[in-house]
Amino acid sequence: MKKIEAIIRPHLLDAVKNSLQEIDVKGMTVGEVQGYGRQRGHTETYRGAEYQIDFIPKLKIEIIIPDDVEDMVVYAITKAAQTGKFGDGKIFVTNIDDVIRIRTGERGEAAL
Amino acid sequence: MNSLVRMRHAGFSLFLLVLCPAGIALAQTAAAETSSSAEDRLSKLEQAAGAAQSAGDNAWMLVSAALVLMMTGPGLALFYGGLVRRKNVLATMMQSFILMAVVTVMWALYGYSLAFSEGNSFIGGFGYALLNGVGADPNTTYAATIPHQTFMIYQLMFAVITPALITGAFAERMKFSAMLLFMILWTTFIYFPLAHMVWGQGGLLNAALGGRLPTLDFAGGTVVHVSSGVSALVCALYLGKRIGYPQQPMRPHNLTLSFIGACLLWVGWFGFNAGSALSASSLATSAFVTTHFAAAAAALAWAGVEWLRLGKPTVLGATSGAVAGLVAITPGAGFVTPMSALIIGVAAGVVCYLMTSAAKRAFGYDDSLDVFGIHGAGGTLGALLTGVFAARAVNPIFKDTAGQPLPVGLLDGNSAQMLNQIGGIAIAMVVAVVGSLIILKVVDLLVGVRVSAEDEMTGLDLTQHGEEGYELGFDLTSAPAAFGGATATPQAARLVAQKINE
Repeated sequence: MKKIEAIIRPHLLDAVKNSLQEIDVKGMTVGEVQGYGRQRGHTETYRGAEYQIDFIPKLKIEIIIPDDVEDMVVYAITKAAQTGKFGDGKIFVTNIDDVIRIRTGERGEAAL
Repeated sequence: MNSLVRMRHAGFSLFLLVLCPAGIALAQTAAAETSSSAEDRLSKLEQAAGAAQSAGDNAWMLVSAALVLMMTGPGLALFYGGLVRRKNVLATMMQSFILMAVVTVMWALYGYSLAFSEGNSFIGGFGYALLNGVGADPNTTYAATIPHQTFMIYQLMFAVITPALITGAFAERMKFSAMLLFMILWTTFIYFPLAHMVWGQGGLLNAALGGRLPTLDFAGGTVVHVSSGVSALVCALYLGKRIGYPQQPMRPHNLTLSFIGACLLWVGWFGFNAGSALSASSLATSAFVTTHFAAAAAALAWAGVEWLRLGKPTVLGATSGAVAGLVAITPGAGFVTPMSALIIGVAAGVVCYLMTSAAKRAFGYDDSLDVFGIHGAGGTLGALLTGVFAARAVNPIFKDTAGQPLPVGLLDGNSAQMLNQIGGIAIAMVVAVVGSLIILKVVDLLVGVRVSAEDEMTGLDLTQHGEEGYELGFDLTSAPAAFGGATATPQAARLVAQKINE
């Protein structure tokens, strides 16, 4: 099993969610995060004082998937979250040893 | 009021004229009775007219007093609270709020007396201490148509907001105990004397009641804004910069709060300025109009300059501009025409924008919420422009011995008034600077003015008050027993213990 963590632009969450639903991904966890990469921050001005804001608000989604759909999931997220400009985000893929469904105690891919 | 009485007189005379032909038919004795009862009724009518005016004036002045209190809480508390970082929002609001309580008690015990009872040119005496003799009867020197107590409570609200304005300069770094001590001393040794000088009977700067250096200050440009603004700069310099200023961004944490606060200040200012007419008169209307016009013009000016210089008009800029305009029109509200008010507003918007941005950057002081840039600069500008634009057509405050109105401001033909205005500003500044420095030094020696670096990083809400303004995280408490939360937990713990034993 794989864990897919994707940092995306906040306004593209719905597009990513719909795209993942198309390929039958059954759930996701979303959180608000702030960070920076190649996209430069922005300036804000308060009474003439300019502030350089480095940390930009993004969303991080996490999903756990069977190994065989990894390419399809990465494709689905990339398609939905891509604008072609700095700041589109990144996708991280890691191996997952086990998954347990708390309600029933099922383990492994059966718990996804 | 006079016109009202005149109308009543005219109506009554008409009434008598109508009665007269009927009276001819009556016996002489009856006619004599009519005339004595007419005098009786006339005096009753005069009394009733006086009572009617008193009722109208008193109603407006009580509403005005409430409006001015609303400027401090919630107005100023919200305006300042939104401008600080999240960890300091409660402490900042508390500084305004606690002054509503502290200054009120001081005012009742000795403050009103020091400001408004008879004394020398610089400070009043103890004639009204414990509000002795301040009751329902009007004080004819100050306001002949409202109860003395109304005048007292109205003036109190000015004494509340003036020290509260200063709190913006040392925001996010002053100890609560030091703030309290500083404010008690500042209000006693700077505000009360200045209020006496400008508004008290026999005060040095009093233009209406025979001061030696008559300065025009309708609603507190020098007493409230110059004094607080200059003291604020002294505080900012004495306490030093906040840790990390100006390298680290210290963004306002919630500009929606500041927005609401600024709008409440705008509305409250009608009580502040129009109320300073001390009656529900046409002068109150005049001050109401100039106040509103100056705020509008200044909001447009500040936002406009920003738009030209930075490419975007900001919300904080527009609202700060309105406050700057309100500050600047305060001394002239009851002396200038509506068109002059527009000019004063534009000037205030531009000057205060430059003071809070360019000047503050150039000198590098951390006047955290721009008390000096807005109240110090705006108040000074307003006091000067009052000397320029004050017109006898609006308010004939100066009269010759025959009672004929004399020119008031520079454009009215009284250029000497400019010198008086400058003199008034200079006196207020000297008193504020010297007094604030001494008081800060005393407070620093007694309790220390500044919180520790660690407390400053943690924030004043937690370290000074043991509270937080916002609980925005997850609710981490269990569900109550009725919903299976509290009962399920011990059950699960028992099962885990059993499993371990096996």
